Amino acid sequence: MDRRDLAWHVDRVARILVFVGGISAIIFIVGIFVFVTKEGLDFVFGSLDLGEFFTSIAWRPTSNNPTYGALALMVGTASVTGFAMLFSVPLSLGAALYIGEFATGKTREVLKVLVEMLAAIPSVVWGFVGMSIMNPLIIRVFDVPLGLGVLNAGLILGLMAAPIMTTIAEDALKAVPDTYREAAEALGATRWEVILKVVIPASKNGLLAAVLLGVGRGFGETMAVLMASGHAINLPTSPFDSVRALTATIAAELGETVNGSDHWGALFTLGIFLFLVTFIINLTADLVVRGIRKK
Amino acid sequence: MFGATALNRRSYRSQAVAKAAFFLMTVALVIPVLIIVGTLVVKGGPAISWEFLFTPPTNNMTAGGILPALVGTIWLVVVALLASVPVGVAAALYLSEYAPDNILTRAINLAIINLAGVPSIVHALFGFGAFVLFFDMGASILAASLTLAVMTLPVVIVATRESLQAVPLAFREACWNMGATRWQTIRKVVLPNSISGILTGVILEVSRTAGETAPIMFTGAAAYVAFLPQGVFDQTMALSYHLYFIATQQTGVPEELTFGVALVLISIVLLMNAVSIGFRVYLRGLKKW
Repeated sequence: MDRRDLAWHVDRVARILVFVGGISAIIFIVGIFVFVTKEGLDFVFGSLDLGEFFTSIAWRPTSNNPTYGALALMVGTASVTGFAMLFSVPLSLGAALYIGEFATGKTREVLKVLVEMLAAIPSVVWGFVGMSIMNPLIIRVFDVPLGLGVLNAGLILGLMAAPIMTTIAEDALKAVPDTYREAAEALGATRWEVILKVVIPASKNGLLAAVLLGVGRGFGETMAVLMASGHAINLPTSPFDSVRALTATIAAELGETVNGSDHWGALFTLGIFLFLVTFIINLTADLVVRGIRKK
Repeated sequence: MFGATALNRRSYRSQAVAKAAFFLMTVALVIPVLIIVGTLVVKGGPAISWEFLFTPPTNNMTAGGILPALVGTIWLVVVALLASVPVGVAAALYLSEYAPDNILTRAINLAIINLAGVPSIVHALFGFGAFVLFFDMGASILAASLTLAVMTLPVVIVATRESLQAVPLAFREACWNMGATRWQTIRKVVLPNSISGILTGVILEVSRTAGETAPIMFTGAAAYVAFLPQGVFDQTMALSYHLYFIATQQTGVPEELTFGVALVLISIVLLMNAVSIGFRVYLRGLKKW
């Protein structure tokens, strides 16, 4: 008797459709790489001078004799992200410890919701906050002529990257088995001693992954950095200097280039660079997390 | 006999100090949210009126309302959802119901993490290269929405997978034992029991999609369009891009107006988030297993 009734066939079709959906994420991530590379390829094999790209600060795509030195843009991105991480990493890990280990009941719920709200604020609103609230504030407090720069963009970026670090770090803390805590408490350790001597060492890979994802977030942020960093090509020497980020350069210039021109290709090349760096950061974070699971 | 020793007292003191320090760190992170929202309400609140919401901008966008941007954002979000929800739910179904623990599944998970981690401006370059140029959609709502859909796909997948996995295995086993196929089980048992969790994820995606700027800048958002969009091949204004434009590119825009646009945008986003969170809390109360 053939039991292949309608339900059997529907099941087969559903299985195939669901599988296609399942691999869609892979298709898209490959698609992103292919399409961004495709547009940048002519430039990479044509006019790109790798030495200039990585060592020159002269990003002059529109001059008569165009040069494409991206060093200042990389330094700009690095300085803003670095400044952001300087305060955001300790605060986020501290917040994760408080929310995950100390806070209880209502306090915990309220803090979690506030962190989620922090994550929900769109980046263009952050950029606007940088321009309209932080800028005058920095000018007044530090008595400097311009408040758009490393300090402003770094503070904003730090706040933007904080929720992902807090959430992932809290998950890492939660993944430490309660039996570890109970064993330490049974030996007479206070809660703080348990955290310091047991929970943090046991979750350090997860905490590291949290920091990496935060760095990736800061590195790739576009609108907020574009609006709050001052967008001037510059090697910063003080926190008040304006800088320009890789992401912001693409956002600001793509609209004014001719399709297929060198300038256009150069912007897609920046895109390839951004894609590869964030890919490596995410891959590392994934491997680090996997490291703990194996143990 | 059970009194605290000097050592005990010292460790309790350091615990109290640590707890207070971590509390202050948490507060330092969340206080800015309240300050930002407060400032936007105070400075942008006076600009908000029915007229502001339901009339188009005038005088080179230095006066008037935001109707085309508001309508455009709704178009972008709806089309993006139509594209990403089916694909995202299918992906989550595969990962939760079918996927064996193999290298392909690992690759899918890694791809999802990367999709969420790729900078939004790279998504914009992709959308431009793929949808606008290669698939020849031009700068349009369709191209912009598809770019947004790809970018926010991880939100749907992760939320859906979580709510699918919350359905106990025993429910599925009971159904299989009745002779149901895998798909019948999914449709009659798994999906009905997780639909509200999926909805929570979708609402969260709405909030993400509505606020994005970089991915739509070159794929379909325009600084000024005199008409409301008539179809998916039109260019459109959008709230997020409108805010960027009047805050940075346009001179002579009164401060109150810019703050008003920012307030409307953040209200939509936070409202959607609040609905999603409220829904989640409510569901947790309902859960019977």
